[in-house]
Amino acid sequence: MKAGSNLEKILTGGGFAVTGELGPPKGADVAVIERKANLLRGNVDAINVTDNQTAIVRMSSIAVSALLIRMGLEPNMQMVCRDRNRIAMQSDIFGAYALGIRNILCLSGDHQKFGNHPMAKNVFDLDSIQLIQTVKKMRDEHKMLGGDEIEGAPQMFIGAAANPFADPFEYRVIRLAKKAAAGVDFIQTQCIYDLDKFERFMQMVRDRGLHEKVHILAGVTPLKSVGMARYMKEKVAGMEVPEEIITRMKSAGKEKAREEGLNICVEQIQRLRQIEGVHGIHLMAIEWEEAVHAIVERAGLLPRPEIK
Amino acid sequence: MIIAEGKPIQDILTMIEGFSKIIVAGCKGCVTVCSTGGEKEVGILASALRLARQVQGKSLEIKEVTLERQCDVEYLEPMREYADQYQAILSLACGAGIQFVAEKFRQHPVLPAVDTKFIGVTEEQGVWTERCQACGDCVLDRTGGICPVSRCSKSIFNGPCGGSKKGKCEIDPEVDCGWQLIYDRLRELGQLAKLETILPVKDWSRSRDGGPRKRIREDLKT
Repeated sequence: MKAGSNLEKILTGGGFAVTGELGPPKGADVAVIERKANLLRGNVDAINVTDNQTAIVRMSSIAVSALLIRMGLEPNMQMVCRDRNRIAMQSDIFGAYALGIRNILCLSGDHQKFGNHPMAKNVFDLDSIQLIQTVKKMRDEHKMLGGDEIEGAPQMFIGAAANPFADPFEYRVIRLAKKAAAGVDFIQTQCIYDLDKFERFMQMVRDRGLHEKVHILAGVTPLKSVGMARYMKEKVAGMEVPEEIITRMKSAGKEKAREEGLNICVEQIQRLRQIEGVHGIHLMAIEWEEAVHAIVERAGLLPRPEIK
Repeated sequence: MIIAEGKPIQDILTMIEGFSKIIVAGCKGCVTVCSTGGEKEVGILASALRLARQVQGKSLEIKEVTLERQCDVEYLEPMREYADQYQAILSLACGAGIQFVAEKFRQHPVLPAVDTKFIGVTEEQGVWTERCQACGDCVLDRTGGICPVSRCSKSIFNGPCGGSKKGKCEIDPEVDCGWQLIYDRLRELGQLAKLETILPVKDWSRSRDGGPRKRIREDLKT
Protein backbone atom coordinates (compact mmCIF):
# COMPACT_ATOMS: atom_id res chain seq x y z
CA MET A 1 0.00 0.00 0.00
CA LYS A 2 1.21 3.45 -0.84
CA ALA A 3 -1.33 5.51 1.05
CA GLY A 4 -3.81 2.99 2.39
CA SER A 5 -6.91 4.88 1.27
CA ASN A 6 -10.23 3.13 0.56
CA LEU A 7 -9.80 3.95 -3.08
CA GLU A 8 -6.34 2.42 -3.22
CA LYS A 9 -7.49 -0.72 -1.40
CA ILE A 10 -10.40 -1.26 -3.76
CA LEU A 11 -8.37 -0.64 -6.90
CA THR A 12 -5.35 -2.67 -5.90
CA GLY A 13 -7.67 -5.42 -4.67
CA GLY A 14 -9.07 -5.71 -8.19
CA GLY A 15 -12.42 -4.13 -7.34
CA PHE A 16 -14.48 -1.83 -9.53
CA ALA A 17 -14.32 1.57 -7.86
CA VAL A 18 -16.94 4.30 -7.80
CA THR A 19 -15.92 7.87 -7.07
CA GLY A 20 -18.23 10.84 -6.78
CA GLU A 21 -17.72 14.56 -6.87
CA LEU A 22 -18.58 17.42 -4.58
CA GLY A 23 -18.31 21.04 -5.66
CA PRO A 24 -17.65 23.23 -2.60
CA PRO A 25 -19.93 26.21 -1.94
CA LYS A 26 -19.24 29.80 -2.96
CA GLY A 27 -18.87 30.71 0.68
CA ALA A 28 -18.38 29.23 4.11
CA ASP A 29 -21.71 27.42 4.44
CA VAL A 30 -20.93 23.95 5.83
CA ALA A 31 -24.59 22.89 5.50
CA VAL A 32 -24.22 22.78 1.70
CA ILE A 33 -21.32 20.37 2.02
CA GLU A 34 -23.17 18.20 4.52
CA ARG A 35 -26.25 17.98 2.30
CA LYS A 36 -24.27 16.97 -0.79
CA ALA A 37 -21.99 14.61 1.16
CA ASN A 38 -24.93 12.77 2.69
CA LEU A 39 -26.36 12.13 -0.77
CA LEU A 40 -23.06 10.51 -1.75
CA ARG A 41 -22.61 8.55 1.48
CA GLY A 42 -22.70 4.78 0.94
CA ASN A 43 -22.85 5.21 -2.84
CA VAL A 44 -19.21 6.00 -3.62
CA ASP A 45 -15.78 4.93 -2.36
CA ALA A 46 -14.20 8.36 -2.42
CA ILE A 47 -15.41 11.85 -3.15
CA ASN A 48 -13.52 14.24 -5.39
CA VAL A 49 -13.45 17.73 -3.95
CA THR A 50 -12.95 20.23 -6.71
CA ASP A 51 -10.40 23.02 -6.41
CA ASN A 52 -12.02 26.28 -7.49
CA GLN A 53 -13.33 24.60 -10.61
CA THR A 54 -13.81 26.76 -13.70
CA ALA A 55 -11.81 29.34 -11.74
CA ILE A 56 -14.76 30.37 -9.61
CA VAL A 57 -13.80 31.08 -6.02
CA ARG A 58 -15.18 28.44 -3.66
CA MET A 59 -14.28 26.97 -0.29
CA SER A 60 -10.81 25.42 -0.49
CA SER A 61 -10.55 21.76 -1.46
CA ILE A 62 -8.34 21.05 1.56
CA ALA A 63 -10.90 22.47 3.99
CA VAL A 64 -13.82 20.62 2.40
CA SER A 65 -11.79 17.40 2.25
CA ALA A 66 -11.06 17.74 5.98
CA LEU A 67 -14.75 18.32 6.66
CA LEU A 68 -15.61 15.13 4.75
CA ILE A 69 -13.15 13.16 6.87
CA ARG A 70 -14.89 14.53 9.96
CA MET A 71 -18.12 13.16 8.50
CA GLY A 72 -16.55 9.73 8.05
CA LEU A 73 -16.18 10.01 4.27
CA GLU A 74 -13.10 9.68 2.10
CA PRO A 75 -12.06 12.67 0.01
CA ASN A 76 -10.03 12.75 -3.18
CA MET A 77 -8.58 16.24 -2.93
CA GLN A 78 -8.18 18.00 -6.26
CA MET A 79 -5.25 20.39 -6.58
CA VAL A 80 -4.74 22.71 -9.55
CA CYS A 81 -1.54 24.39 -10.68
CA ARG A 82 -3.28 27.65 -11.57
CA ASP A 83 -3.33 29.34 -8.18
CA ARG A 84 -0.27 28.19 -6.24
CA ASN A 85 3.44 27.90 -6.81
CA ARG A 86 5.59 24.93 -5.79
CA ILE A 87 6.14 26.40 -2.33
CA ALA A 88 2.44 26.71 -1.52
CA MET A 89 1.52 23.39 -3.13
CA GLN A 90 4.04 21.34 -1.17
CA SER A 91 3.07 23.14 2.01
CA ASP A 92 -0.61 22.42 1.35
CA ILE A 93 0.15 18.76 0.64
CA PHE A 94 1.84 18.48 4.06
CA GLY A 95 -1.17 20.10 5.66
CA ALA A 96 -3.64 17.96 3.72
CA TYR A 97 -1.89 14.78 4.78
CA ALA A 98 -1.78 15.92 8.40
CA LEU A 99 -5.56 16.42 8.21
CA GLY A 100 -6.01 12.82 7.06
CA ILE A 101 -6.27 13.31 3.29
CA ARG A 102 -4.83 10.32 1.42
CA ASN A 103 -5.93 10.80 -2.21
CA ILE A 104 -4.85 13.71 -4.38
CA LEU A 105 -5.83 14.54 -7.95
CA CYS A 106 -3.19 16.59 -9.76
CA LEU A 107 -4.61 18.97 -12.38
CA SER A 108 -3.40 21.91 -14.46
CA GLY A 109 -6.64 23.79 -13.77
CA ASP A 110 -9.05 25.73 -15.96
CA HIS A 111 -7.75 29.08 -17.13
CA GLN A 112 -9.08 31.97 -15.02
CA LYS A 113 -10.51 33.73 -18.04
CA PHE A 114 -13.97 32.20 -17.58
CA GLY A 115 -14.05 32.37 -13.82
CA ASN A 116 -15.32 35.13 -11.59
CA HIS A 117 -11.89 36.79 -11.31
CA PRO A 118 -10.67 36.99 -14.91
CA MET A 119 -8.25 39.79 -13.95
CA ALA A 120 -6.31 37.46 -11.63
CA LYS A 121 -2.65 36.61 -12.18
CA ASN A 122 -2.19 32.91 -12.85
CA VAL A 123 0.70 30.84 -11.57
CA PHE A 124 1.31 27.53 -13.40
CA ASP A 125 4.73 27.27 -11.78
CA LEU A 126 4.34 23.51 -12.29
CA ASP A 127 2.08 21.70 -14.72
CA SER A 128 -0.05 18.69 -13.79
CA ILE A 129 2.60 16.18 -14.85
CA GLN A 130 5.29 17.96 -12.87
CA LEU A 131 2.91 18.07 -9.88
CA ILE A 132 2.53 14.27 -10.09
CA GLN A 133 6.34 13.97 -10.05
CA THR A 134 6.49 16.27 -7.06
CA VAL A 135 3.93 14.35 -4.97
CA LYS A 136 5.63 11.08 -5.85
CA LYS A 137 9.04 12.42 -4.89
CA MET A 138 7.62 13.61 -1.56
CA ARG A 139 6.02 10.20 -0.96
CA ASP A 140 8.71 7.81 -2.19
CA GLU A 141 11.96 9.70 -1.73
CA HIS A 142 10.86 11.72 1.30
CA LYS A 143 12.23 14.77 -0.43
CA MET A 144 10.89 18.11 -1.49
CA LEU A 145 11.19 19.28 -5.07
CA GLY A 146 14.13 21.44 -3.99
CA GLY A 147 15.87 18.40 -2.50
CA ASP A 148 15.38 18.99 1.25
CA GLU A 149 14.54 15.97 3.39
CA ILE A 150 10.94 15.83 4.61
CA GLU A 151 10.04 15.16 8.24
CA GLY A 152 7.00 12.95 7.93
CA ALA A 153 6.58 12.36 4.21
CA PRO A 154 2.96 12.54 3.02
CA GLN A 155 1.93 9.15 1.61
CA MET A 156 -0.59 10.07 -1.04
CA PHE A 157 -2.44 7.90 -3.55
CA ILE A 158 -1.79 9.96 -6.66
CA GLY A 159 -4.39 10.65 -9.28
CA ALA A 160 -4.65 12.73 -12.43
CA ALA A 161 -7.12 13.43 -15.19
CA ALA A 162 -7.20 12.33 -18.81
CA ASN A 163 -9.36 13.80 -21.51
CA PRO A 164 -9.67 11.34 -24.40
CA PHE A 165 -11.78 13.90 -26.28
CA ALA A 166 -9.35 16.78 -26.38
CA ASP A 167 -7.18 17.27 -29.43
CA PRO A 168 -4.98 16.04 -30.93
CA PHE A 169 -6.60 12.64 -30.35
CA GLU A 170 -3.47 10.63 -31.17
CA TYR A 171 -1.56 12.57 -28.52
CA ARG A 172 -3.98 11.80 -25.68
CA VAL A 173 -2.54 8.38 -25.02
CA ILE A 174 1.00 9.81 -25.14
CA ARG A 175 0.00 12.29 -22.44
CA LEU A 176 -1.44 9.46 -20.37
CA ALA A 177 1.84 7.59 -20.80
CA LYS A 178 3.68 10.66 -19.55
CA LYS A 179 1.45 10.78 -16.50
CA ALA A 180 2.11 7.09 -15.88
CA ALA A 181 5.85 7.69 -16.24
CA ALA A 182 5.58 10.61 -13.81
CA GLY A 183 4.19 8.17 -11.25
CA VAL A 184 0.43 8.50 -11.25
CA ASP A 185 -1.53 5.69 -9.58
CA PHE A 186 -5.00 6.34 -10.95
CA ILE A 187 -6.68 8.32 -13.69
CA GLN A 188 -10.15 9.82 -13.84
CA THR A 189 -11.33 10.74 -17.31
CA GLN A 190 -13.40 13.62 -18.61
CA CYS A 191 -17.13 12.79 -18.93
CA ILE A 192 -17.64 10.23 -21.64
CA TYR A 193 -20.63 10.37 -23.97
CA ASP A 194 -18.93 9.13 -27.12
CA LEU A 195 -18.34 5.51 -26.08
CA ASP A 196 -17.01 4.48 -29.50
CA LYS A 197 -14.28 7.07 -29.37
CA PHE A 198 -13.49 6.12 -25.78
CA GLU A 199 -13.14 2.48 -26.82
CA ARG A 200 -10.67 3.54 -29.51
CA PHE A 201 -8.78 5.46 -26.84
CA MET A 202 -8.75 2.43 -24.51
CA GLN A 203 -7.45 0.25 -27.34
CA MET A 204 -4.50 2.62 -27.67
CA VAL A 205 -4.06 2.54 -23.88
CA ARG A 206 -3.95 -1.27 -23.91
CA ASP A 207 -1.61 -1.33 -26.89
CA ARG A 208 0.89 0.52 -24.73
CA GLY A 209 0.17 -1.62 -21.68
CA LEU A 210 -0.86 1.48 -19.71
CA HIS A 211 -3.97 -0.23 -18.31
CA GLU A 212 -1.63 -2.40 -16.27
CA LYS A 213 0.31 0.55 -14.91
CA VAL A 214 -2.52 2.86 -13.85
CA HIS A 215 -6.10 2.36 -12.71
CA ILE A 216 -8.46 4.10 -15.09
CA LEU A 217 -11.80 5.37 -13.82
CA ALA A 218 -14.14 6.36 -16.62
CA GLY A 219 -15.94 9.67 -16.11
CA VAL A 220 -19.72 9.86 -16.46
CA THR A 221 -22.17 12.71 -15.94
CA PRO A 222 -25.94 12.20 -16.07
CA LEU A 223 -27.72 14.64 -18.37
CA LYS A 224 -30.63 16.61 -16.91
CA SER A 225 -31.98 18.03 -20.13
CA VAL A 226 -31.42 18.35 -23.85
CA GLY A 227 -30.20 21.87 -23.15
CA MET A 228 -27.46 20.50 -20.91
CA ALA A 229 -26.47 17.99 -23.59
CA ARG A 230 -26.20 20.78 -26.17
CA TYR A 231 -24.27 22.98 -23.75
CA MET A 232 -21.80 20.17 -23.06
CA LYS A 233 -21.35 19.59 -26.78
CA GLU A 234 -20.92 23.20 -27.78
CA LYS A 235 -19.53 25.09 -24.82
CA VAL A 236 -17.48 22.79 -22.65
CA ALA A 237 -13.84 22.55 -23.71
CA GLY A 238 -12.81 19.08 -24.68
CA MET A 239 -16.24 17.44 -24.53
CA GLU A 240 -17.96 15.40 -27.19
CA VAL A 241 -21.66 14.50 -27.14
CA PRO A 242 -22.86 12.35 -30.06
CA GLU A 243 -25.97 13.46 -31.92
CA GLU A 244 -27.67 10.20 -30.94
CA ILE A 245 -27.58 11.18 -27.24
CA ILE A 246 -28.98 14.62 -28.02
CA THR A 247 -31.80 13.02 -30.04
CA ARG A 248 -32.64 10.65 -27.17
CA MET A 249 -32.77 13.52 -24.67
CA LYS A 250 -34.90 15.55 -27.06
CA SER A 251 -37.36 12.71 -27.75
CA ALA A 252 -37.83 12.11 -24.03
CA GLY A 253 -39.54 15.48 -23.75
CA LYS A 254 -39.21 17.91 -20.87
CA GLU A 255 -41.17 15.73 -18.42
CA LYS A 256 -39.07 12.63 -18.84
CA ALA A 257 -35.70 14.21 -19.65
CA ARG A 258 -34.16 13.47 -16.26
CA GLU A 259 -35.33 9.88 -16.36
CA GLU A 260 -33.83 9.44 -19.81
CA GLY A 261 -30.62 11.08 -18.57
CA LEU A 262 -30.41 8.45 -15.84
CA ASN A 263 -31.14 5.65 -18.33
CA ILE A 264 -28.35 6.82 -20.62
CA CYS A 265 -25.94 7.11 -17.70
CA VAL A 266 -26.69 3.59 -16.42
CA GLU A 267 -26.32 2.14 -19.92
CA GLN A 268 -23.01 3.94 -20.32
CA ILE A 269 -21.71 2.52 -17.04
CA GLN A 270 -22.74 -0.99 -18.07
CA ARG A 271 -20.88 -0.63 -21.34
CA LEU A 272 -17.84 0.98 -19.67
CA ARG A 273 -17.59 -1.93 -17.21
CA GLN A 274 -17.06 -4.30 -20.13
CA ILE A 275 -14.01 -2.41 -21.40
CA GLU A 276 -10.74 -4.04 -20.47
CA GLY A 277 -8.64 -1.68 -18.40
CA VAL A 278 -11.51 0.34 -16.94
CA HIS A 279 -11.26 -0.17 -13.18
CA GLY A 280 -14.07 2.04 -12.04
CA ILE A 281 -16.25 5.00 -12.78
CA HIS A 282 -16.01 8.59 -11.71
CA LEU A 283 -19.57 9.82 -11.39
CA MET A 284 -19.83 13.58 -11.67
CA ALA A 285 -23.47 14.41 -10.99
CA ILE A 286 -22.97 18.14 -11.34
CA GLU A 287 -25.41 19.88 -8.95
CA TRP A 288 -27.53 16.71 -9.11
CA GLU A 289 -26.18 14.65 -6.25
CA GLU A 290 -29.72 13.27 -5.70
CA ALA A 291 -29.22 11.14 -8.82
CA VAL A 292 -26.14 9.33 -7.56
CA HIS A 293 -27.85 6.68 -5.46
CA ALA A 294 -30.26 5.68 -8.23
CA ILE A 295 -27.51 5.49 -10.85
CA VAL A 296 -25.15 3.41 -8.75
CA GLU A 297 -27.97 1.12 -7.63
CA ARG A 298 -29.37 0.60 -11.11
CA ALA A 299 -25.87 -0.02 -12.46
CA GLY A 300 -25.57 -2.87 -9.98
CA LEU A 301 -22.73 -1.26 -8.06
CA LEU A 302 -24.32 -1.39 -4.61
CA PRO A 303 -23.53 -2.08 -1.88
CA ARG A 304 -20.10 -0.49 -1.95
CA PRO A 305 -17.46 -2.70 -0.35
CA GLU A 306 -16.77 -2.17 3.36
CA ILE A 307 -13.12 -1.38 3.78
CA LYS A 308 -11.38 -2.18 7.04
CA MET B 1 10.74 43.44 -31.36
CA ILE B 2 8.87 45.04 -28.50
CA ILE B 3 5.23 45.70 -29.35
CA ALA B 4 3.39 48.63 -27.77
CA GLU B 5 0.01 50.26 -28.11
CA GLY B 6 -0.93 53.91 -27.67
CA LYS B 7 -2.84 54.79 -24.52
CA PRO B 8 -6.30 56.36 -24.90
CA ILE B 9 -5.97 60.11 -25.50
CA GLN B 10 -8.17 60.80 -22.47
CA ASP B 11 -5.72 59.00 -20.17
CA ILE B 12 -2.86 61.00 -21.62
CA LEU B 13 -4.76 64.29 -21.19
CA THR B 14 -5.32 63.42 -17.53
CA MET B 15 -1.62 62.69 -17.09
CA ILE B 16 -0.53 66.02 -18.59
CA GLU B 17 -3.09 68.12 -16.75
CA GLY B 18 -1.30 71.00 -15.06
CA PHE B 19 1.49 71.13 -17.63
CA SER B 20 1.58 73.77 -20.33
CA LYS B 21 4.94 72.94 -21.91
CA ILE B 22 5.88 69.36 -22.65
CA ILE B 23 8.21 67.31 -24.78
CA VAL B 24 6.56 64.52 -26.76
CA ALA B 25 9.36 62.04 -27.39
CA GLY B 26 9.16 59.19 -29.87
CA CYS B 27 11.68 56.43 -30.51
CA LYS B 28 13.02 55.14 -33.84
CA GLY B 29 13.39 51.60 -32.49
CA CYS B 30 10.74 48.93 -32.02
CA VAL B 31 7.84 51.33 -31.48
CA THR B 32 8.46 52.88 -34.89
CA VAL B 33 8.36 49.47 -36.56
CA CYS B 34 5.08 48.59 -34.81
CA SER B 35 3.63 51.99 -35.78
CA THR B 36 3.08 53.13 -32.20
CA GLY B 37 5.77 55.58 -31.20
CA GLY B 38 7.72 56.76 -34.22
CA GLU B 39 7.98 60.20 -35.80
CA LYS B 40 4.58 59.86 -37.45
CA GLU B 41 2.80 58.89 -34.24
CA VAL B 42 4.55 61.70 -32.33
CA GLY B 43 3.12 64.18 -34.83
CA ILE B 44 -0.37 62.72 -34.65
CA LEU B 45 -0.40 62.60 -30.85
CA ALA B 46 0.98 66.14 -30.50
CA SER B 47 -1.71 67.49 -32.84
CA ALA B 48 -4.44 65.64 -31.00
CA LEU B 49 -3.24 66.94 -27.64
CA ARG B 50 -3.03 70.53 -28.89
CA LEU B 51 -6.52 70.31 -30.31
CA ALA B 52 -7.97 68.82 -27.15
CA ARG B 53 -6.35 71.50 -25.01
CA GLN B 54 -7.58 74.19 -27.39
CA VAL B 55 -11.12 72.91 -26.87
CA GLN B 56 -10.53 73.12 -23.11
CA GLY B 57 -9.34 76.69 -23.59
CA LYS B 58 -5.90 75.89 -22.17
CA SER B 59 -2.62 76.38 -23.96
CA LEU B 60 -0.16 73.59 -24.58
CA GLU B 61 3.29 74.05 -26.06
CA ILE B 62 4.81 70.86 -27.40
CA LYS B 63 8.33 70.08 -28.51
CA GLU B 64 8.14 67.13 -30.86
CA VAL B 65 11.19 64.92 -31.04
CA THR B 66 11.92 61.37 -32.15
CA LEU B 67 15.14 59.98 -30.73
CA GLU B 68 17.26 57.32 -32.39
CA ARG B 69 16.57 55.10 -29.36
CA GLN B 70 15.46 55.79 -25.81
CA CYS B 71 17.21 52.75 -24.33
CA ASP B 72 20.73 54.11 -25.01
CA VAL B 73 22.06 57.05 -23.04
CA GLU B 74 23.94 58.62 -25.96
CA TYR B 75 20.70 59.13 -27.87
CA LEU B 76 19.03 60.79 -24.89
CA GLU B 77 21.70 63.44 -24.47
CA PRO B 78 20.51 65.77 -27.27
CA MET B 79 17.31 66.38 -25.26
CA ARG B 80 19.38 68.18 -22.62
CA GLU B 81 19.73 71.21 -24.91
CA TYR B 82 16.09 72.12 -24.51
CA ALA B 83 14.68 69.95 -21.70
CA ASP B 84 14.94 72.77 -19.14
CA GLN B 85 12.40 74.81 -21.07
CA TYR B 86 9.74 72.10 -20.60
CA GLN B 87 7.88 70.83 -17.54
CA ALA B 88 7.39 67.16 -18.43
CA ILE B 89 8.38 64.51 -20.98
CA LEU B 90 5.70 62.34 -22.56
CA SER B 91 7.43 59.32 -24.03
CA LEU B 92 6.14 57.00 -26.75
CA ALA B 93 8.93 54.49 -26.25
CA CYS B 94 8.54 51.07 -24.67
CA GLY B 95 8.59 50.72 -20.88
CA ALA B 96 12.37 50.39 -20.91
CA GLY B 97 12.85 53.59 -22.87
CA ILE B 98 10.40 55.55 -20.74
CA GLN B 99 12.18 54.45 -17.57
CA PHE B 100 15.59 55.26 -18.96
CA VAL B 101 14.47 58.78 -19.81
CA ALA B 102 13.11 59.11 -16.27
CA GLU B 103 16.45 57.97 -14.85
CA LYS B 104 18.45 60.42 -16.91
CA PHE B 105 16.15 63.43 -16.69
CA ARG B 106 15.61 63.51 -12.94
CA GLN B 107 14.04 66.97 -12.82
CA HIS B 108 11.23 66.03 -15.19
CA PRO B 109 8.15 63.95 -14.62
CA VAL B 110 8.31 61.35 -17.41
CA LEU B 111 4.94 60.01 -18.53
CA PRO B 112 3.97 56.96 -20.63
CA ALA B 113 1.99 57.61 -23.82
CA VAL B 114 1.92 53.89 -24.66
CA ASP B 115 1.32 50.55 -23.00
CA THR B 116 4.13 48.09 -23.65
CA LYS B 117 2.55 44.78 -24.59
CA PHE B 118 4.96 42.03 -25.56
CA ILE B 119 7.94 40.75 -27.53
CA GLY B 120 6.50 39.70 -30.83
CA VAL B 121 6.47 39.68 -34.59
CA THR B 122 4.60 41.35 -37.44
CA GLU B 123 2.39 38.51 -38.57
CA GLU B 124 0.92 40.61 -41.36
CA GLN B 125 0.61 44.34 -41.91
CA GLY B 126 -1.11 45.76 -38.85
CA VAL B 127 -1.12 42.47 -36.94
CA TRP B 128 1.44 41.75 -34.23
CA THR B 129 1.53 38.64 -32.10
CA GLU B 130 3.46 37.54 -29.06
CA ARG B 131 6.36 35.11 -29.34
CA CYS B 132 8.65 35.46 -26.33
CA GLN B 133 8.36 36.10 -22.60
CA ALA B 134 12.09 36.55 -21.99
CA CYS B 135 12.06 33.68 -19.49
CA GLY B 136 15.84 33.46 -19.65
CA ASP B 137 16.04 29.72 -20.36
CA CYS B 138 15.11 28.91 -23.94
CA VAL B 139 13.57 25.49 -24.67
CA LEU B 140 12.79 26.01 -28.36
CA ASP B 141 15.11 23.14 -29.35
CA ARG B 142 12.77 20.77 -27.54
CA THR B 143 9.48 22.20 -28.72
CA GLY B 144 9.83 22.45 -32.46
CA GLY B 145 10.77 26.14 -32.38
CA ILE B 146 7.45 27.13 -30.79
CA CYS B 147 7.51 28.56 -27.29
CA PRO B 148 5.22 26.94 -24.69
CA VAL B 149 5.83 29.77 -22.21
CA SER B 150 4.43 32.45 -24.50
CA ARG B 151 2.15 30.45 -26.83
CA CYS B 152 0.33 28.31 -24.24
CA SER B 153 -2.14 30.28 -22.12
CA LYS B 154 -1.05 28.29 -19.09
CA SER B 155 2.66 28.23 -20.01
CA ILE B 156 2.70 24.49 -19.34
CA PHE B 157 5.62 22.34 -20.39
CA ASN B 158 3.86 19.07 -21.04
CA GLY B 159 0.85 20.01 -23.09
CA PRO B 160 -1.56 20.20 -24.74
CA CYS B 161 -3.85 20.20 -21.74
CA GLY B 162 -7.41 18.88 -21.81
CA GLY B 163 -8.72 22.23 -23.01
CA SER B 164 -7.30 21.93 -26.53
CA LYS B 165 -10.05 21.65 -29.15
CA LYS B 166 -9.66 21.59 -32.92
CA GLY B 167 -6.32 23.36 -32.62
CA LYS B 168 -7.68 26.16 -30.47
CA CYS B 169 -7.20 27.11 -26.83
CA GLU B 170 -9.93 26.83 -24.20
CA ILE B 171 -9.65 30.56 -23.46
CA ASP B 172 -10.78 31.71 -26.90
CA PRO B 173 -11.71 30.00 -30.18
CA GLU B 174 -9.57 32.65 -31.93
CA VAL B 175 -6.44 31.69 -30.00
CA ASP B 176 -4.30 28.87 -31.35
CA CYS B 177 -3.41 26.12 -28.90
CA GLY B 178 0.36 26.55 -28.52
CA TRP B 179 0.85 22.86 -27.87
CA GLN B 180 -1.16 21.88 -30.95
CA LEU B 181 1.26 24.06 -32.93
CA ILE B 182 4.16 22.28 -31.23
CA TYR B 183 2.58 18.89 -31.97
CA ASP B 184 2.03 19.74 -35.64
CA ARG B 185 5.53 21.10 -36.05
CA LEU B 186 7.19 18.11 -34.39
CA ARG B 187 5.14 15.83 -36.61
CA GLU B 188 6.32 17.72 -39.70
CA LEU B 189 9.89 17.33 -38.48
CA GLY B 190 9.41 13.62 -37.74
CA GLN B 191 10.19 14.33 -34.09
CA LEU B 192 6.94 13.35 -32.37
CA ALA B 193 8.95 11.08 -30.08
CA LYS B 194 10.11 14.25 -28.33
CA LEU B 195 6.65 14.60 -26.83
CA GLU B 196 7.13 11.37 -24.90
CA THR B 197 9.77 13.00 -22.71
CA ILE B 198 8.59 14.85 -19.63
CA LEU B 199 9.95 18.37 -19.73
CA PRO B 200 11.30 19.05 -16.24
CA VAL B 201 10.16 21.62 -13.71
CA LYS B 202 11.33 25.00 -14.91
CA ASP B 203 13.93 27.16 -13.23
CA TRP B 204 11.94 30.37 -13.03
CA SER B 205 14.77 32.12 -11.20
CA ARG B 206 16.21 32.89 -14.64
CA SER B 207 13.00 34.68 -15.49
CA ARG B 208 11.67 37.87 -13.89
CA ASP B 209 10.78 35.79 -10.81
CA GLY B 210 14.46 35.80 -9.82
CA GLY B 211 14.35 39.58 -9.46
CA PRO B 212 15.41 42.30 -11.91
CA ARG B 213 17.91 40.84 -14.33
CA LYS B 214 21.26 42.12 -15.46
CA ARG B 215 23.70 40.95 -18.08
CA ILE B 216 27.36 41.92 -17.98
CA ARG B 217 30.03 41.42 -20.64
CA GLU B 218 33.31 42.22 -18.96
CA ASP B 219 35.16 42.39 -22.29
CA LEU B 220 32.91 45.19 -23.49
CA LYS B 221 32.92 47.26 -20.31
CA THR B 222 34.88 50.49 -20.36
